[in-house]
Parts: sequence; C-alpha cells; structure tokens
Amino acid sequence: MAGFLARRLLGYVALVVLAASLSYLLAAVALDPRSNYADRTPKPPPAVVDAQLTALNLNDKTPLLERYATWAGGVVRGDLGRTVTGSPVGADLKRRMGVTFRLVVLGMLFGSLIGVLGGALAAVRQYGWFDRLSTGLSFAVLAVPVVVLANMLILLASWANERVFGHQVLLVSGEYSVGLPTGLWGRLVDRLQHLILPTLSLSVGLAAVFSRYQRNMMLDVLGADFVRTAVAKGLSRRRALVRHALRTALIPVATYFAFTFGALLTGATFTEKIFGWHGLGEQLINSIFTNDVNTVAAVSLLAGVAVLCASLAADLLHAALDPRVRA
Amino acid sequence: MRPVLEVTGLGVRFGDVPAVRGVGYSVRPGEVLAIVGESGSGKSVTAAAVMGLLPPGARVTGSVRLHGQELIGAPERALGALRGKTVSMVFQDPLSALTPVYRVGDQIAEAVRVHQRVSKENALVKAVELLELVGIPRPAERALAFPHEFSGGMRQRVMIAMAIANDPDVIICDEPTTALDVTIQAQVLEVLKKAQRETGAAIIMITHDLGVVAGFADRVLVMYAGRPVEVGAVDDVYYRPRMPYTVGLLGSVPRIDRDGGRLVPIEGSPPSPAALPPGCPFGPRCPLHVAACDEREPPLLEVGEGHRAACIRWQEVRPIGSDGSESLPPPPVAERAARTVLEVSGLVKDYPLLKGAVFKRRVGTVHAVAGVGFDIREGETLGLVGESGSGKTTTLTEILELAAPQAGRLVVLGRDTARLGRGERTAIRRDMQVVFQDPLASLDPRMTVHDLLAEPLRTHGRPQPELRVAELLSLVGLDPSHAARYPQDFSGGQRQRIGIARALALEPRLLVLDEPVSALDVSIQAGVINLLGALKARLGLSYLFVAHDLAVVRHLADRVAVMYLGRIAEIGQVDAVYDTPMHPYTQALLSAIPLPDPARERSRRRILLEGDLPSPADPPTGCRFRTRCPKFRAELTDDERGLCVQVEPDVRTLAEDQGAACHYAERRVVV
Amino acid sequence: MTLSQEELAEELTGGVPARVPSRLRTVAGRFFRSRQGLAGFAVLALMFLLAFAGPLVSRWSYIDKDFTAFLRPPSPAHWFGTLQTGADVYALTLRGMQKSLVVGLLAALISTALAALVGAFAGYFLGWTDRVLSRLTDLLLVLPAFLILAIMSPLFGAGQWVLFVVVLALFLWMVTSKVVRGMTISLKEREFIRAARYMGVPPVRIVFRHVIPNLSSLLIVDATLNVSAAILTETSLSYFGFGIQPPDVSFGTLIADGSRTAMYAPWTFWFVAGLLVVTVLAVNLVGDALRDAFDPAAKRAR
Repeated sequence: MAGFLARRLLGYVALVVLAASLSYLLAAVALDPRSNYADRTPKPPPAVVDAQLTALNLNDKTPLLERYATWAGGVVRGDLGRTVTGSPVGADLKRRMGVTFRLVVLGMLFGSLIGVLGGALAAVRQYGWFDRLSTGLSFAVLAVPVVVLANMLILLASWANERVFGHQVLLVSGEYSVGLPTGLWGRLVDRLQHLILPTLSLSVGLAAVFSRYQRNMMLDVLGADFVRTAVAKGLSRRRALVRHALRTALIPVATYFAFTFGALLTGATFTEKIFGWHGLGEQLINSIFTNDVNTVAAVSLLAGVAVLCASLAADLLHAALDPRVRA
Repeated sequence: MRPVLEVTGLGVRFGDVPAVRGVGYSVRPGEVLAIVGESGSGKSVTAAAVMGLLPPGARVTGSVRLHGQELIGAPERALGALRGKTVSMVFQDPLSALTPVYRVGDQIAEAVRVHQRVSKENALVKAVELLELVGIPRPAERALAFPHEFSGGMRQRVMIAMAIANDPDVIICDEPTTALDVTIQAQVLEVLKKAQRETGAAIIMITHDLGVVAGFADRVLVMYAGRPVEVGAVDDVYYRPRMPYTVGLLGSVPRIDRDGGRLVPIEGSPPSPAALPPGCPFGPRCPLHVAACDEREPPLLEVGEGHRAACIRWQEVRPIGSDGSESLPPPPVAERAARTVLEVSGLVKDYPLLKGAVFKRRVGTVHAVAGVGFDIREGETLGLVGESGSGKTTTLTEILELAAPQAGRLVVLGRDTARLGRGERTAIRRDMQVVFQDPLASLDPRMTVHDLLAEPLRTHGRPQPELRVAELLSLVGLDPSHAARYPQDFSGGQRQRIGIARALALEPRLLVLDEPVSALDVSIQAGVINLLGALKARLGLSYLFVAHDLAVVRHLADRVAVMYLGRIAEIGQVDAVYDTPMHPYTQALLSAIPLPDPARERSRRRILLEGDLPSPADPPTGCRFRTRCPKFRAELTDDERGLCVQVEPDVRTLAEDQGAACHYAERRVVV
Repeated sequence: MTLSQEELAEELTGGVPARVPSRLRTVAGRFFRSRQGLAGFAVLALMFLLAFAGPLVSRWSYIDKDFTAFLRPPSPAHWFGTLQTGADVYALTLRGMQKSLVVGLLAALISTALAALVGAFAGYFLGWTDRVLSRLTDLLLVLPAFLILAIMSPLFGAGQWVLFVVVLALFLWMVTSKVVRGMTISLKEREFIRAARYMGVPPVRIVFRHVIPNLSSLLIVDATLNVSAAILTETSLSYFGFGIQPPDVSFGTLIADGSRTAMYAPWTFWFVAGLLVVTVLAVNLVGDALRDAFDPAAKRAR
C-alpha cells in the first residue's frame, strides 16, 4: 500500500515537473518582457533594460536553457522568481490563493448540493414535471458560457439595484469595498454583498453539470437488482431509494466532485476577472498581458499541483466510500 | 389445506406488448410449485407481478390473493408490510442483488428490523443465527464482510437467509441456481430445502432447468409465450405429458445418463410476444399441428386428475421414446486414430493476483493452470469440463493465443508453439478455428452475415468469397439468401450457426468450441448439438469442446477431461468416465447434476461437496481436492491421508482409456 | 469476374421480401422521432442558414461603417442596430457566427478523431504503446489549456485562425480518449474481437475495422458535444483577446465588445449572446438525442 502510494506520488511529481517546465519554456519563448520597456517615457537606455531583465532572469539574450536552469534551481529551493516589477512571485500568490479558494469552495458547495439533490429527485420521478423542468434548465444553463452568464448577472444586478432595491445591494466589483469603517458586522455584510454574484455565476453552471451527472448515475442504480431486493425486503420505496440507491449513486459523483475542485482553481479565472476579484485566475491573465514569465510559470505549476492533488483526493474518496475499491 | 397464494387470470402488459396472459395457479403451505419455461416465456414477470415489483410502465390485471387478501391494486403501504414478511423472494444473480456498500449482516438485520420491533443489536444477533442456518462458516465474522467478499454460492445463501428472516409463508425463487456451478447448485438447493423445513413455507421455484424441477418440485407449471400450457403433478407432467411443447422440451434435454444419439430439437424458435401467431402459439413449431390449431388459442383442458394441458389433440400426445425408438445400443469404442492434432503437456499459466481497483497492487500469484496435459487425435472430440475457477478457460486461451507457454509444451497441428514463425502461426490460425459461447457477442454487430463469413476468407487471401459464403450458409442449415442481414436479425440458434459457419470457412482441421450451446435455450440447444455432431462426421473435424455442462459433453465427446483447480482430475473415454468415474471429484460432480426424471431423482443419493473451491492463489498442499474430498474426510485412515497431504497425485492410467489423479481412485456408479 | 460485394448482397436479398433496415436508418428514425432531436436539428440548420445565407439579404457587410448612425438601436436600416463605430451589428454577428460555427465544427472533428486514434491504440495494444500515449494524455490534462492557448495567442494573428483551431482541438480530446481507451480494453475481450484475432486478422486492421466502428456511437455523440465545448472555449478565449484576432470577428470578440456597452445599448450584447446560447443549446440537444437514438436501452428499459 505505502509502496504503491509512493510510486503514484512519484509519477505525479514527474508529471507536474514536466508540465511546469513546458509552461515555463513556452512562456519564455512566446512572451516578450522587453516590450514592457518599449513605450516608457523617457525610453530607458538598452543597457539598463538588459541589466534589469537579467536581474529578473528574463533577459532574452541569455540562452533559454540557462534561464530555465536558473528558474528551475530557484523553484527547487522554493523560490518562484520575481515578477516584472521586481517583487517576489510567491508573496502575492499566497494571498491570491486564499481569495480563489474562498470563491471556489462556496461555489462548489452550493453548486454540487443543488445539483445532487435536483438530479436525484429528477431521476426518481423520471419524465415527471420536475425532471422535465430541471433537464430544460440545465440544458439552458449549459449553453451559456461563463463570460455571458457573468455579464448577464451584472446587467441584471444593476437593473435590480436601480429598480427593485433602490440602492446598491448586489455589488459587482471586487472582494470588498475599500475604506468602509462600519465594524465587524458591516464588513461581513459588505463581503456578502460582493460574494453573491460571483458565487452564483460559478455555482449555477456546476449545479447544471452535477444534476445531469447525478441523474444519470441515479437512473443506472434505480434499475439495479439490489434496489429491488430492498423493496422485496419490505422497505418503503422512499427508504429503499435513499438508503440503497442514493448512497450507491453518490460514489461516482463524489469522485467527480474532487476532480472538479482541482480543475476549478484555474477554471474560476473568468469569474474572477469579470467580477474584479484579485485571485489566481486574474493574476494569470494579467501576467500574460504584462509578459510576466515567472508568474505565468508559477500559476501553471500551482494549477498542475491542484489537478493532481484533486485526482489523488478523488481516488482516496472513492476508496473511502466504496468497500469494493478498498479491498 | 387452504392455499396460501392464489393467482387467477394474471396478465401483464408493457405498453401494447403482452408479456403474461392469463396465468393462474395456487400453492398450499409446504408445497413446491415449479414454473418452467424458456427465456421470454414470461415466467419471471409472473413472479415480479405477484410481489408488485414490476417497473412503472407495466399494467397488471387479474387477481393475486395472499391468505385471501387481494394484492393487485393494494396500496403500497399494505404491500410493504407483506413483502419480506409473508412473501419473500430470492433472485437469480446474487452479486447484483445485494447492496455493495453495506455489510452483509447489516443488510439481513435491516430485513429483520423492517418487520419486527427489535433493537439493532438483537437484529444483528438474529442475522448471525440466520447466516449459520444457511450454512455460512464462521457466521459472526462473515456478517461483517461486504457482499463482494463472498463467492456466488455464499451470496445466494445470504439471499436465502434474508428471505427467511421473517418466517415467510411463501418464498419465490427466481432462477436461484442458474448463475451457480453444479456442485454449488446442489448445496444451495439443499439449503433451500432446509429453509423450507424451518419455515414451513410454500416455494414457487422459477427455472428453466428441468432437472432441478424433477428433484425439487411437487407440481409443475409449464409456460410458453406468456401462458401456462401444462400444469400438473411432477410425475404426471414428466411421464405423461399431454402438451407437445412439454414433450419437445423433455426430448431436447441432453442427459448425463444417456449416451450419444440424436437429441430431438423443437423446430423453429419461440414467438415474440409482440407478434404471436394466430391460434395456438406453439402451432408453427408443433409436430402435431393441424388446421384446427390455428382457429383459436386452446384453453387449459382437464387431461387427468389435477393435470391440465392446453392442446386440442392432447389424447394423441405421447412422450418421446415410448414408441419404441429408444436410443440405439452404444457403438463399439473405436480405436484412437494415430495422428495427433493437439498435444498439451505440463502446461502452466500464472497470473499476478491484484487487489483493489484504485490502488492496484500485487498480492500474490494465481496458479490458473498448474500442469495440464492431454492430446486430441484426428477426428476425435475431447470435452474439457470443469466448474468456474477450474482453469479450463485459461487452458483454452493459452491454446488459442499460440504463444510459447510459461512452462510445458503446446503442440498444435504438429508444430510446437514455442518455436513458431510468423508465417507458421498464420498457417495454424487457418487450420484451427474457434466458436464462442455467446453468438451475438462473437459476431461484430456492425457487419452483415456476408461480411462476417467473408472476413476469414479475405484475411487468408481466398479468392471469390461470395460462392463460399452461400455454400457455408447452406452447410449449417441457413438460407443463403439471408447473407445481407445483420446478426441481430437472427434468433440465438441461428446466430450460433453463423458462428459455426464462420469457423468452417477455411476448412479447418481443429475446431475449438468454447461453451458453444450454454447461452441457448434447451429447445434450440439440441439443434446446434446435432449440427455439430453431423459436421464432425461429414468433414472429419477434431473438436476441443470446453463446457461446464457435463450432459452436453456426454452427447458430443469421445473423450473427456475433468479439471479441478488448474489440474486434470480425471481423463478418459466418455462412457467409462460417466458410467464408472474413479476420481472422487468426478463422482461428486456427476452426482450433483440433476436428472429430468422425478422418480430417479427421488431415489438418488447426492455426494455433497463442502464449501467453496479453494483460491487458486493458495492451493492446498498435496492433492488439491483433499480439502473438499468426501473420501479423504470419511473413508481414509489417518495413515492413508498422509499421502494426500504430502504428495500431489498425477494422472495415472487405471483402465484401458481412463486415468485419474487420485492416490485412492476406485470405480463407483453415481448417476 | 466476380460480382462486387454490393451486387452480390443485392442478388442474395432478392429472395427476402422486406430488406432489413440498416442501422443508420434505424438510428436516424429514432433521432427524428424524438421531439428534442428534431427541434435541435431544425434550430441548428436554421443557424447555419442564417450564418451563411443571412449576410446576402443585408445591405451592409461586416466591414462597412455607416457614418450616419453611431450606436443606434435596431431600425429598418440596421436590423440589430449599430455599434459606436457605425458598424452594422447584424452583419457583424452573422460574420462572427460563421467563424464560431466553423471553428467549433473543425475543432470537434479533429479532437474526436485524435481521441479515437489515441484511445483505441492505447487500449488495444497496451504495453509500452499505452504507457507512452497515456502519459501524453495525462500531461496534456495537467497543463492548463487556457494558459497555453493564451500564451500562443500572438501566433493566431490575422488569418491564422486555422492554427487556433488545431491548438484548441489539441486540448479537447483527452477525456474522450481516456473513455475510448477504457472501452477498447473491454471491447478487446469481447468475443468478436477475439474471434478476429484468432482468425489471424492483423492488429491494426482489427482496430480500424472492428474497434473504432464499434465505438462510433460514443464518438459521434462526443463529437457533437465537443462542438459546443469548442464554441464555448473559443468564446471565452476570444473574450479576453486570446482567441480569434481582429480583423476576424467571432462570438467571443463581439460579446467582449458588447458587454462594455450593454448597459446603455443592450442591442450590442443581447443579440450576440442570444444567438450563441441558442446555437449551443441546439447542438447539445442534438447530441443528447443522438445518444438516445444510438442507445435506446439506456432510457427505454426503465
């Protein structure tokens, strides 16, 4: 068991190393930090630019592999390099991870909860009105890309603020308002106001995905012999469904949950960017625009680690829920 | 005695398709009623309808009375109070019938607690008692295990324990032993008998196996196309059948107590419930068919005391064999031919034993085949029989792969597979062909019959496959004009004929048959067995016939090899092995097979094997069979046992063409 | 010489009264009998018609600017209104739709073909083939697709959208390929594949003649759903300026522009967004109905 786990972890580490290296090399080739200095006034002398770029390990006159070696050496020691402005990449990243994490956790929680309940209910009453309604809704939601959904929510919220509430209730930009002195309670309400829309835009899509998935899993299980056995034992239909069918159908969904979580850490990019949350995703987009090679590499390293942690967590969760797998 | 369960005029429709039409029967306490029929006859739907377990789309009419209380249309709550308490059910597939994520003990305790006000602890204690009753060793410990940790037979015992948890008055068993091996089937049937003694319940036994019925049931109801066609006491139906279908069914069953000879198949195949023929649904297949049969569906006519049959010509119906055409005297045992087409010696195959689905890891080695040897001469049929886990499938796969064996020697058509070039391998592939168990699975569903039959011809560069395809189809008794159809458009028996035709396309010398008839219904099986027999005689083929059904093997094989746990237990000429088996395992195996003959079943003594097959990853020392051997347990002295524990016996030739791997082999008649 | 296969098949069928309906026809029949499939198909056909024939009936082309009408609401002259630049929203939207549809279709086609090949070969041959291909699949799964596409976006300059499609497809095939691999492994043990192997049919031929055709239902459904995935990804990327580059327009670039003016000029946003949602919805409906048509047991059995 331990040996197996070690081997799998080793495989994961190799994958992450490869993925991060590829990202770094690609970013170093495609992005051009030198151009950041081109439209500064006054134009800095080339020697100064070169010196600064070299200090940041971004100078394209240094051979690519040498830059890569410097970067990789730093990463191994826990140093992710510096941004184009010279501040360490790692410092900002930690705070941003917290921001993204908060958004993703809440979004996942709401989305999966609603999705699982809705999907299970739809499956039990297949072709009933609820099934039709939820199927139609999830189809509609799945057809709306996040960028459109988020923009729609913003439009809707500003309309509601104006016409329904009469003042700013749903806030559409940032994580919190700057300079609001109203104590703990006021800050909490303010955070909540900022949280509602991004969470909604994230969880609506997830709920649609989860409800489809849960519905299919549930339908598979509903026809299973063991549910029939449970009813033949004398259990009421409802108890047979909850205790035997739902419990079994939850296993693949829980696994899927863990997977999605890892993917979402970067998947929340669009939501963050549109709602002005200063999370990892926003950082990624900004760093591409500012030709910030080191930050790009750091974010993709993180994303890789997240995906693999999630896949490991999915396996562990699967084993915890399913005795057949544990054996 | 008043009947506990009375069913009258029961009908079930799925949409416009009638699955069950007018089924009626009643059972009294302690009585065993068997409902017999082939697949699609509506027998399982009947059972589910009684329990109210049909899917929502089904419309049920008629009446089901349990202790006089009407169940059809009863509210769900009332049904829930009866299910598992008064009527309980044992399903066919014990693997999928238990919830995989709960412990076995908890699942039985749940059944107890639904109907009895007892604490959780007491329910668990009761569950352990029940497990002990159905013969599960170390019940307190096993109650904590999950379903996947049980073997098929043990799981079915758990299902029975669950079914008798609340002392039911009726137990419905839906093909309870179909998924199990014969020796395990014998054990489970014993457990069912015991369960019936303990509870005094009536049993409704749904099965397709006429042998099981003969030894177990008091009365039989034969179903065809959703209707009962004959009802009566077991002896009446078996010895004095009055419906041609019953006669045909009994005539087409291969039996271990009769050698060779043609079986009598029923022509055609069962009608689809959506398109029943006019009049008697059996009319198109009936040898006694007259014009009057098509006028209307015959009702169940009284043909004797408590014996009814749905045939207007019942007075003319005679059981097969009563008109003097009893099977011919067995042909003299022929000399074995000189040329060998297949030679296997000391064959070994190990697999890594992996555990866990997510965290796969190797925890041991499965010795699937541990030194197997036999040979097949030209024109000969060798039946390779054994239960699941015996290693027969692995042996077969090793031969078909044509790869160098892990150990031992494999000589196919005179060439050693360890020294095969690419070209030689292709040449052998041309001369050795295979027919698989499930005809639908072995024919690519996306190809027409013509393409399927032409594929081997094209692969080996034969020109003009078209003519050969038509020739092949008529050879196996199919209409050559059907070549443009897809396999899905044929019935099971016809599909298997297509499979056989494909195997014959290149005029092979050796045909490997992997359970070629076990996926087919009895009435269709017989036709395919006859075809295989005829082809062998006509084309001079050699067969390697792998099967778990010993009766089929007796009909087709010249020699038989019985496998147990990766080794050959007994090998020899068919009649010798079946009539006077020498190995205790062969004896137990043969005695476990039920005969479709009620009187003989009642008088037979069964040699019951204890427990399950040991794991092939950890076989016993010395003789592999000793842990379950009745002789080792009961007849041998301690001194004699020492040899069994220490020395693994090899096959010794003990008679002219009969050998057994037993230190203390002796002949014994068991059938 | 001999009769061709078809001729022979026909000749042989001569005696059979009713020709057995082919699988394709059965599936198509089931598909068009489902309301969902029919609606999805009709809407999708309409969208294609609109995208490719729609521009013909308008006075304005997507490069025209009407200097008499800046940011005007819909009118008889400009059916969907105009932008701040005076460009006609109707013409622009249809142009964007053309590009998005073509990108979606091509990317789905490429990615599904890739998934089928990689998955089937990995699953059939196992051993080192599988190890190499599976590692590759895992690597691409771990790489953040968005990042790579974004970094490479400067390469997708004017007219280079085909490259964009290829790179997009490169990030869509992995999950399907894993599914295909799993199904191939179980298919390999199916008797008809074993039959072909023991018959002496060469392995590569088995993969193309038996394995991939038998996964066709999965692949067709997957290709359909990939169309919508590709359209959505393209939209999101282009929204941030990482996808289709100007002067080309697509749904994504139009939505990005429109969302800025949506507050006071709703027509710049809602027409594009609406058409996008309807298109993707139609594709998803078709995919779902196809799945049911291929696998009727999945739903009808219960």
